[in-house]
Amino acid sequence: MNTLDATLNFQEQALKLSGQRQEMVASNIANADTPNYQSVDLNFAEALKNVQAGTSATVALQTTAPNHLPALTASLSGTDAVVYNTAPQPSLDGNTVDMDTQRAQFAEATMHYQAAFTFLNGQIKTIMSALQG
Amino acid sequence: MSLSDVFNVAASALSAQSQRLNATASNMANAESAGGPNGEVYKARQVVFEVMPVGQDGQSAGVRVSRVVEDDSAPRRVYDPQHPLADSDGYVNMPNVNPIDEMVNMISASRSYQNNVEVMNTAKTLMSKLLTLGN
Repeated sequence: MNTLDATLNFQEQALKLSGQRQEMVASNIANADTPNYQSVDLNFAEALKNVQAGTSATVALQTTAPNHLPALTASLSGTDAVVYNTAPQPSLDGNTVDMDTQRAQFAEATMHYQAAFTFLNGQIKTIMSALQG
Repeated sequence: MSLSDVFNVAASALSAQSQRLNATASNMANAESAGGPNGEVYKARQVVFEVMPVGQDGQSAGVRVSRVVEDDSAPRRVYDPQHPLADSDGYVNMPNVNPIDEMVNMISASRSYQNNVEVMNTAKTLMSKLLTLGN
């Protein structure tokens, strides 16, 4: 990993993971009325730690010749950090989505996403100003 | 799994909730329909939701209507000897639609619909912001 990659890597992973978390919360909101649906969430800290440590599964490009580059893409999924929410008010149909919590989590994930975006943008601007003088 | 799947998830929910709203509208509209096209009295309909995998890896959970069920409970019996569909005792079979249940269903569907619209709007804002990265 070169220096440029390493600089941008952390915020990039944070951006990806908050996007993923947002999607999980969107799934919960979509299934707020589905019987027996289990509400899920991403343990963000653990997922980010796993992705940084490279412990979650990675996807590699297939190489068929010795001079092909083994482009390793960092895994998008911190699926090992997925947790189930418990319902503060259990419902009769077995659904564990609590809409108030989900709305709050969605707002939180949005803020995380925007924060990661702003940091990443700032880093790019720093590099650009170093390049351009 | 990426932010763009949020659109698919929210869209599936919008579609499912509007089908639910549609069933409610049918029930409310036919609350007093003593005769149906098949000669039977109208029965209240409800949609059943189920999880639908969305996205390339199918890890996101959208929602779809798996089936529409009819309420098989007994029809409401109304005494009205003048009615053309009255039986020999003077009773007419009216639909087993409960307007209170239907109103509750309608409000719930409407709220869920609004929630999903908001999710979609937020995802749209974030994605268009992402396009400006580096500017």
